Amino acid sequence: MSNEEKKGSSAPRSGGRRKVLQAGAAGALALGFPAIVRARSDAIKIGHLTPMTGFLGALGGWAVLGIKMAAEEINAAGGVMGRQLDLTSEDSVNPATAATKAQRMIERDKVDVLMGEINSASAKTIMQVAKRNRRLYMQIGARSDALRGAFCNRYTFHVDIPVTVMVNAEGQGLMREGLVKGKRIYALTSDYLFGHDLAKAAKKFVTTHGGTVIGDELVATDATDFSPYLLKIRQAKPDLVATNLGGNQVTNFVKQYAEFGLPYPVAGFNLNTADAWAAGPGNLGGIWPTVWHHHVDTPGTRAFVAAFRKKYNKTPENHAWIEYVSLHVMARAMSETKSTDTEKLIAYFEKEPKFDLLKTRMGYFRNWDHQMMQEAYTFTVKAPGTYTEAWDFLKFSAPIPGPDQPLELLAPTKTENPCRF
Amino acid sequence: MTMQLLFLLEQVVNGLVLGGYYLLIALGLSLIFSVGGVVNLAHGAFYALGAYLSLEVAKYLGFGAAVVISPIAVAMLGLLFERFILRRFYTADPILSLLVTFGLAMVVEQLIRIIWGAAPLPASMPAALKGSVVLGDFLFSRYRLLLLAIVAVVLAGVWVLLNKTSFGRVVRAGIQRPDMVAALGIRLQPYMTAIVMLGVGMAALGGALFAPIALVHPAMGAEIITVAFVVVVIGGLGSFWGVVLAALLVGVVRGITINYLPAAGEASMYVLMFVVLLLRPRGLLGERIEKFE
Repeated sequence: MSNEEKKGSSAPRSGGRRKVLQAGAAGALALGFPAIVRARSDAIKIGHLTPMTGFLGALGGWAVLGIKMAAEEINAAGGVMGRQLDLTSEDSVNPATAATKAQRMIERDKVDVLMGEINSASAKTIMQVAKRNRRLYMQIGARSDALRGAFCNRYTFHVDIPVTVMVNAEGQGLMREGLVKGKRIYALTSDYLFGHDLAKAAKKFVTTHGGTVIGDELVATDATDFSPYLLKIRQAKPDLVATNLGGNQVTNFVKQYAEFGLPYPVAGFNLNTADAWAAGPGNLGGIWPTVWHHHVDTPGTRAFVAAFRKKYNKTPENHAWIEYVSLHVMARAMSETKSTDTEKLIAYFEKEPKFDLLKTRMGYFRNWDHQMMQEAYTFTVKAPGTYTEAWDFLKFSAPIPGPDQPLELLAPTKTENPCRF
Repeated sequence: MTMQLLFLLEQVVNGLVLGGYYLLIALGLSLIFSVGGVVNLAHGAFYALGAYLSLEVAKYLGFGAAVVISPIAVAMLGLLFERFILRRFYTADPILSLLVTFGLAMVVEQLIRIIWGAAPLPASMPAALKGSVVLGDFLFSRYRLLLLAIVAVVLAGVWVLLNKTSFGRVVRAGIQRPDMVAALGIRLQPYMTAIVMLGVGMAALGGALFAPIALVHPAMGAEIITVAFVVVVIGGLGSFWGVVLAALLVGVVRGITINYLPAAGEASMYVLMFVVLLLRPRGLLGERIEKFE
């Protein structure tokens, strides 16, 4: 700065103002500092990464509640092999930070396994760290197909349903409503790995079933105002608006769609229960897919929901559920192999043991691409006045696939999925 | 062709409406900086508090009362903020005030997490305000038209306050020559308190008004502060109309960008800032303020 002044630049003696502005800009961009949650003891170390800030931060909040509850349960029951679980949850922030933190957890904190993530782009970088260090990574909540396909590696196991399953589950719901065949569909797509994957799978489904995609707009992940997109939708006059959005985007879109009151039906290939709750009753419509919901009619889900409500005084969302079952799956694997060794755990999972996911049918990791095979659901919105609790306005379908269909029905097949270890 | 042009015009008008909302947050930020020389990085925190408090008030007294009471309550917090924190930093190194307001922003964000939880809160507008109206060929959200009207009233009020009252004369003099104001025997501090209350109150009003159409979550303040800062920088510090122009411009440029190149929509304002600073380092209508030179 002082050099510039000596040279007599175009804005003489503007040092003070510039300094303030530069520092201010740095400060404004750095807001949203990582939150760190730490556990004590030094038994079996679980390194847990999930977004706690940013557009997926709300979902990450649920994730932390779920995995924390599972750790406390397991530890209260005597731990794993008599050892306590030491769970450390950190904010993964973004793909670069996620990788740095994962590496640090392995090197400095000496974690036995890595778990977590919701953001597909961050999951991808953590997977690379896991592979480089030959350490097991249970990728819990990111749904991009590419993670289980082109980018797959043998050190990573994926718990959540992938994009293809969501699209197929949602697609069946839309077909039943007659919203695909011969229809003109306008799509909004989240501009990152997950959104692109979702758009690709959705477009494939729509075109193979006789629909036409008449528009597909990319939306930046930090977009909060959708009004320019709503004007474009109105101009296009589609038969169906299909959203391939993620996290906070979905809620913002749904609220503003209700605000403008456009007449076209909305469906989405991704919506989490938390996003739906945040939208509020009266704002949400349409058909959406989900991996789990609190009305699943099994003793396991009933017990989990009751325990969660007792502990946190709220109803668990699907990210709380998936983190909870994931840690239980991991604990069982360690107990049965009597080991925290990555190779032994991989060998165990690849035998396709069945795990209780609190659903009607048990799930298992498919051994050739390491993704969990499990039931999915769709949901619609109850009519006003037919529910009493404010958060209870969602109506869930029976499990998909049905009881007499194979669990792998909706998943990508070996010819569709390029994953080879 | 004409259809396309008409549609583009619709995007421009829609962008103006959005810009009006940015204005509510940026104007206060600009005022506080102009008078006190402090970049208030906690400005977004007051915006978030405005949204959360409005939801609490709306539970008991309804939406209309919430939009009035919440900004007033936040303005009161602004009084405490100015009296006990900000006041110590007017003459200190700017880095210190940046650090303290940055710290406060994080404290408030975590407090919101502790009090209301990390999950976003549902917020709806009264059913009567939902839907849109078609004027000519243009579609407007009914709610946003109301929002625009409120912004216009607030804007006019602030302009009159700054330009037509003795209060405003002291404030404007204080921006340019605080030493002269002091020499005339006028204490600037109560004026600064009032400006901070007005600034954070407007931010809170923005939060309360945007709650029904965007997500209410702990990090919402961090999201808006960047936009507000960009608007202030583009407009030029110390200039009332500069901020107005910049806010509208940011909204319009974003709308047009999304029309042609949707993926670049959120990046457009940064490109705009880059271009403006390249051509006019002081911002569009930035005044030369002696004490900052």
